[in-house]
Amino acid sequence: MASGERTAFENPVVEWIDSRLPIFTMMQKEYGVFPTPKNFNYFWNFGAIAMVMLMIMLVTGIFLAMHYTAHTSMAFDSVERIMRDVNSGWLIRYIHMNGASFFFIAVYIHMFRGMYYGSFKKPRELLWILGVLIFVLMMATAFMGYVLPWGQMSYWGATVITNLFSAIPFVGDSIVTLLWGGFSVDNPTLNRFFALHYLMPFVIFAVVFLHVWALHVTGSNNPLGIEPKGKQDTLPFHPYYTMKDTFGTIVFLFIYAFFVFYAPDYMGHPDNYIPADPLVTPAFIVPEWYFLPFYAMLRSITFGVNIYIGAGAVLAVLAMIPVYSKKTNKELNIGAMVGMFAVAGALFMLGYFAQLKNGAGEIMLNLPLADFFFVSAKLGGVAVMFGSLLLVALMPWLDTHGIRSARFRPLYKTALLVFVALTFVLGIAGGKPAEGLWVYIGQLATLYYLAFFLVILPLLSRFEKGRDLPPSIHEAVLQGAK
Amino acid sequence: MNPAKDTLAMSTTEVDLAPVQTGQSITVMWRGKPVFIRKRTAAEIEDAASVDMSVLVDKEADEARVQKPEWLVLVGICTHLGCVPVGQKPTDVKGEYNGWFCPCHGSHYDTSGRIRKGPAPKNLAVPPYEFISDTSIKIG
Repeated sequence: MASGERTAFENPVVEWIDSRLPIFTMMQKEYGVFPTPKNFNYFWNFGAIAMVMLMIMLVTGIFLAMHYTAHTSMAFDSVERIMRDVNSGWLIRYIHMNGASFFFIAVYIHMFRGMYYGSFKKPRELLWILGVLIFVLMMATAFMGYVLPWGQMSYWGATVITNLFSAIPFVGDSIVTLLWGGFSVDNPTLNRFFALHYLMPFVIFAVVFLHVWALHVTGSNNPLGIEPKGKQDTLPFHPYYTMKDTFGTIVFLFIYAFFVFYAPDYMGHPDNYIPADPLVTPAFIVPEWYFLPFYAMLRSITFGVNIYIGAGAVLAVLAMIPVYSKKTNKELNIGAMVGMFAVAGALFMLGYFAQLKNGAGEIMLNLPLADFFFVSAKLGGVAVMFGSLLLVALMPWLDTHGIRSARFRPLYKTALLVFVALTFVLGIAGGKPAEGLWVYIGQLATLYYLAFFLVILPLLSRFEKGRDLPPSIHEAVLQGAK
Repeated sequence: MNPAKDTLAMSTTEVDLAPVQTGQSITVMWRGKPVFIRKRTAAEIEDAASVDMSVLVDKEADEARVQKPEWLVLVGICTHLGCVPVGQKPTDVKGEYNGWFCPCHGSHYDTSGRIRKGPAPKNLAVPPYEFISDTSIKIG
């Protein structure tokens, strides 16, 4: 990457290597003098922290693999052996187990940073998409890793999640058999999950490399969301941000270490210390905490798409098409849009209540054709769950507002903070049994999640005025950031 | 990545039904999955047969799901996301329709294993099976 012009190093060994492979020149350019906006806050630590977590997971994972046996009859016992007999095995496993949670904590904060300060916007769209890809790969890796101890939650989590694919029309069941390598989650499944769990982190590593490469092409965003205009707006990466990142990482590692040493099973589930039993389902299956919002969205779709809900959805899309297209604000007919949304909402409610049963198990609203489904509830849930991730990847094209940072967009800021709060609500709903009030709370929060991306962001992009941007990072810093 | 030959070879199971009492349920393994076999009481058969088809989610008559009315054979896997419903033991919760109840997401099945309430889209599957004598069956 860093070929071409090169200044000689004084140290003869460094110079010998660098003249043949300019790795020192590259490090100097990308991490030494790399111009970085000088107004970063602590949110900008979390990229580096996530990188440190990836390294910790790789190292501890390799040592765990040396002691683990990927067979249904021995996997559980081999993990217990790591906990009891292997030298420092308990520590390595607890670091790895809690490391997964803290990796997700770092990445979730990193993603929030990107949303809040508009880091996903032009020209950083590909950087953002690579980040979402890393997130999806992490979810797959974490899921497969959780299966390996072969406890009850491992087994039943794997059963529930692999069964999601059976919702795909026509080929679903064949895909599930292909994933299992048998007729149920069993030894072939455990073997392939172990192989893939070992492979995926290296794939993540490769995508992280592309993510960082893309970052070093566009440069970092910053809390003001305006591009640096010259030398007075930036600082060299070293020592300013190497130090700031190191400090933030140490604070983060303190909190992480607290959990490793004092509450190692706090984020786990006690049922996973019961060996897997294909004949007994635990009374209550929950995924790991970092999947809960997505799990809640999966379970929120308790209704199929019948003619009413389908018509409502089509109408809502028709209402939004002028907003998505390149028409100017003057050409938009707001009255017609509001009207179409009102009718769409009414149709949706009709289709919804025609499927809702009251306490006595009777359908609340009898409508003709309401029990013919274009999309079943199960497929709908799976589509919403995977779609919720796709929407995050599409954010650069849903939020096209010219101002990046939420600091200068009060309406976007409010909508985003409500989005974050409701994602937490989804997380709580996902951890509760799917009954009573929590179903409806989950459904409303899911509705906001989808509307945030598909309706609110495009509308705000057009109609939010936003505040005046400061002329430059330098001047804003001297005045004191508002 | 499809099932290997030895996995496919384990695909039938024979079950001796002689010791099963009326009203009792047993669970056997077939292809790594639980199969529920219930010797139904006259009341349970009557319950299952008398249901009005219009209230069913997945419309199937009870006669179409059994070979002999007293023997109900089902794959014991919830058609929602693959949990094992409870209701096999006398002490288990059997759900609102006295059949089986899936604890994962709250699906209720009746005495014919048909879905009556909850998120599951289909009835509990009836595996292919045949009576090889009056008191034994071969599943698969």
